[in-house]
Amino acid sequence: MGGKSPVPLLVDGKRVDGRLPEDHRSVTMRVGVLPNASGSALVGYGNTVVLAAVYGPREAMPRHIALPDTGVLRVRYHMAPFSTDERKSPAPTRREIEISKVVRQALEPVIFLEQFPKSSIDVFLEVLQADGSTRVTSITAASLALADSGIPMRDLVVGVSIGKIGDTVVVDLNKLEDNYGDGDMPIAVVYRRSWITLMQADGSWTVEEVKKAIGLAFRAAEPIYKMERDTLKGRYSEQAIVS
Amino acid sequence: MSYPFEVIPSLRREALMRLISDGKRSDGRGLYDYRQIDIKVGLVRTADGSALASIGNTKVIAGVKFELGRPFEDTPGEGNLIVNLETPPLASPTFEPGPPDENAIELARVVDRAIRHSGFVDMSTLAIVQGKSVYALWVDVYVLNHDGNLMDASLLAAVAALATSQVPKSVIDGDVVKLDKSTKVPLSVNMDKMPLTVTFNKIGKYILADANVEEEVLSEGRFTVAFSGGDVVSIQKSSGFFTPLEVEDMMSRGLELSKSIRAKVVESLGNRPESFII
Repeated sequence: MGGKSPVPLLVDGKRVDGRLPEDHRSVTMRVGVLPNASGSALVGYGNTVVLAAVYGPREAMPRHIALPDTGVLRVRYHMAPFSTDERKSPAPTRREIEISKVVRQALEPVIFLEQFPKSSIDVFLEVLQADGSTRVTSITAASLALADSGIPMRDLVVGVSIGKIGDTVVVDLNKLEDNYGDGDMPIAVVYRRSWITLMQADGSWTVEEVKKAIGLAFRAAEPIYKMERDTLKGRYSEQAIVS
Repeated sequence: MSYPFEVIPSLRREALMRLISDGKRSDGRGLYDYRQIDIKVGLVRTADGSALASIGNTKVIAGVKFELGRPFEDTPGEGNLIVNLETPPLASPTFEPGPPDENAIELARVVDRAIRHSGFVDMSTLAIVQGKSVYALWVDVYVLNHDGNLMDASLLAAVAALATSQVPKSVIDGDVVKLDKSTKVPLSVNMDKMPLTVTFNKIGKYILADANVEEEVLSEGRFTVAFSGGDVVSIQKSSGFFTPLEVEDMMSRGLELSKSIRAKVVESLGNRPESFII
């Protein structure tokens, strides 16, 4: 937000990339892409691509972060220097530190951390190509990588961004809409339990619009949730064939 | 704030949970009652604006400073707002020295977004030479005593400091821009759009407003909503999970609570103590 968009964001009900307000970009998912990691996933929301790797559960290091009665989840969200139009310095920014925290807190409610005292589960997220909605793409990728690693979870998590263009509430912001739209509301849902585990907003919203956004997030999450399950199932049937 | 090193004895935990399930709290409040809010402005003479906000025993001071800066490329005609927040070790046994940690960074960024998206400060009034020179508006928030709900206290201190701050006059001399600190005019703010957060915590299945530090240790979920003139301008879900119904309930309760907090801030803006007292 800030400044005026170089192109109109909504013309005759269509968005810059031809989508209708409630259309999500195409979603791609692959799991088990990194041999070294306990679990990994590569997720695309349109041109936004995020790679997730899970290491652990492993001995918590440094030792003082270990807790006697539960495991600790650590999340690092980071953007590759080449992932943006202008090169992004690789040093972690305040934005990345905040996103790492809220993404961690979007995942914590679904992981049985209490089964891993003194251990850490480390989730590393690298945005390889950024075209808006990177934090919610990261959540979907992290959820898949955690499941791929075999860590016990209550359910999968799906990230969806909701935004506003003028008075129109839209689903899955691309970079232009993120930069020049009138509101941004990333949401993470635990679909079968009807939980919201990440919710942020900026811009300006009426209370009614917030309610609508939550409804749209759940609706957009449903096919992504199904795709997560199918992707994971496919991985296991693949393994069965190979071995 | 989830400070894992603060623990509550299990007997006390059980007693607190019992109280909450009866709709009561250890300090006699109802689930949606705020503690006493107190705001003092203009304490810091070296700042261009300052305010001390207390919510119960939580105390946060904010200082505003205007400096010269270059505009950001995407906003050539606006001043630069920079919010920084520190949690110095004098404020709590759980705070340690060092640069802002993720909790402090999160607080600062929510304060920043709430101010930025509310339209409270007209940033275009802080441009000096289009595309070349603008005011940098520094909002430095210092926690002095942490007894929970740093989020709401931090934004209260920041908006009260901004609402009472004085902008030093800019002097353009050829290509050189300078600030004349001896001549100041009040910062133009739109009081109807003053942003205020309302923070909720979930304990068991109960949701309560304005948690103290003990309640924050018990909390399983935290949710903050910022309102400006009846609209939502920022949301930050921190720990835990919430159902859509819980979110809707917090929105409507938050809106009502923000109105009474707003009235309190407006009446406090003239509370300018003679001496530096906290």
